Amino acid sequence: MRQARILGAGVAGLCVAAELSARGVAVTVFDPAPQPGPHGCSWWAGGMLAPFYEGETAEAPVVRLGQEAAAWWESKGVEVVRRGTIVVTLGRDRRELDRFARRTEGHDRLDADRLAALEPELAGRFDQALHFLAEAHLDPRAALAHLRDRLERAGVDFVAEEARADDGPTFDCRGLAARDVLRDLRGVKGEMAVLRAPDIRLTRPVRLLHPRYPLYVVPRGDGLFMLGATQIESCDRVRRVRSILELLSAAYALHPAFGEAELVEIGVDARPAFPDNLPRLQRMGETIHVNGLFRHGFLLAPALARMAAEAACDGTKPELMHEDQN
Amino acid sequence: MEIYGTGIASRLMLGTAQYPSPAVLADAFRRSGAGIATVSVRRESGGERAGTAFWDLVRELGVRVLPNTASCHSVREAVTTAQMARELFDTPWIKLEVIGHADTLQPDPFGLVEAARILVGEGFEVFPYTTEDVVLADRLLEAGCEVLMPWGAPIGTGLGLTNIYGLRTLRAQFPDVPMVVDAGLGLPSQAAMAMEMGFDAVLLNTAVAKAGDPAAMAEGFARAVEAGRLAYEADPMEPRDMAAPSTPVIGRAFLE
Repeated sequence: MRQARILGAGVAGLCVAAELSARGVAVTVFDPAPQPGPHGCSWWAGGMLAPFYEGETAEAPVVRLGQEAAAWWESKGVEVVRRGTIVVTLGRDRRELDRFARRTEGHDRLDADRLAALEPELAGRFDQALHFLAEAHLDPRAALAHLRDRLERAGVDFVAEEARADDGPTFDCRGLAARDVLRDLRGVKGEMAVLRAPDIRLTRPVRLLHPRYPLYVVPRGDGLFMLGATQIESCDRVRRVRSILELLSAAYALHPAFGEAELVEIGVDARPAFPDNLPRLQRMGETIHVNGLFRHGFLLAPALARMAAEAACDGTKPELMHEDQN
Repeated sequence: MEIYGTGIASRLMLGTAQYPSPAVLADAFRRSGAGIATVSVRRESGGERAGTAFWDLVRELGVRVLPNTASCHSVREAVTTAQMARELFDTPWIKLEVIGHADTLQPDPFGLVEAARILVGEGFEVFPYTTEDVVLADRLLEAGCEVLMPWGAPIGTGLGLTNIYGLRTLRAQFPDVPMVVDAGLGLPSQAAMAMEMGFDAVLLNTAVAKAGDPAAMAEGFARAVEAGRLAYEADPMEPRDMAAPSTPVIGRAFLE
């Protein structure tokens, strides 16, 4: 394959562009929006590279393939913070932590002292925690911008319009917009908030397990924290008061200083997902769809992109590949 | 079992929230044979049928859909949600929840009766989520409900049947009213116990959705429900204090 078209310049499209470009393929990326921005759901991502955590509810491929992500992003020059992630619960939900520990791997159990040593900001607030040592996080917006610039310098062509119908190898990475052809793709709404709380000095993502109001907080530097994320079976893009109220209340329960934070941003989008919430490569004629990354965009796009490029360039039959029945 | 003139084959009803994925949800229904799926319409009501894709997946399960008014805290919210549910799912059935307490999610008995009366007046077939309170049950039946859904324990707690005396009294007071124990079940044995006590069905969600293997847990519940129902129909023996040997004692000196 000498040349290929990519539809969509979100995290999936950019990762596929990187993998193809690295194999010497001349790549043109079509996306009506010229730069990464709020039109795409990658923009609203948390940026956690936390495959072991996801193992609580996600199928095995997510845990396995997600472990490629941190090194992949680093290899593209993106700043990845490898300090692990922390999981805590409020006092009365302590058994949630036991259940969570039972269903995941790759964690250390911390008592209050070890937690305080790791994240002094949480000292005295939680008497137990889990530390997922091998996990990492990145700033999604910085990562998208960086990757796009790098691709452009490497000669990838970006065209700020919809692709016209055309023959030739195509990688459709349009996310939810591809529902016109991928009938069982659905939207799962996520709402998030960004706070500025310069007094809080967390250095790694913290997850609060809660039966009703689960929360994660990802430090973005400069006193900024991303709070996420709701998960609602809907593809509307309305930022509901109730959702934000729940996120903010949970953040306040995690650390009261969040009550004094500046509310910088409230965001919403719908994640593209298939019924099993696993991503897919779907071959339809000369097109390979890379879609259904659900809430694992930055975690799984590198592996999916690699597999899509291998399938197209080397004729491999990767897992998660669905062949068109027609 | 008949509810509002509709024959119900399966005595297990499952909620559709909180599963790891819709595919796992579908597996849980397949393995359990559950015949009724409850669906929350409130939160996803984006106005333009925003939850359509998920609702389509629920419809594809091929089971009867019982929409609910979960997380409604007032009569007005519950009534509006019920009206929306009727349009979305084209059914007069509504599982009526009017929550009165944020922490325990306990039903608001006064709002529940009021909302039930309004909805019955509008032609709904109301499945009220209630407590084991006999007086409240009486009022709900007066309001026109033909089925009751008493809780086992607060929603999502998995505590089982926390007031066995109350549930037994409720069952005895209204022997001909279909009753579904709804909420609070965590284990199949608790479901079996409810069925042994003569309840007609059980409804649960969290216990299955949050299990490590939801489909296996759903099957576990299905078998327990079947076992409990068989036991109830078989007319169990009464417990007694004196041991009674199950093999004959003839030929032995038993009155020494």
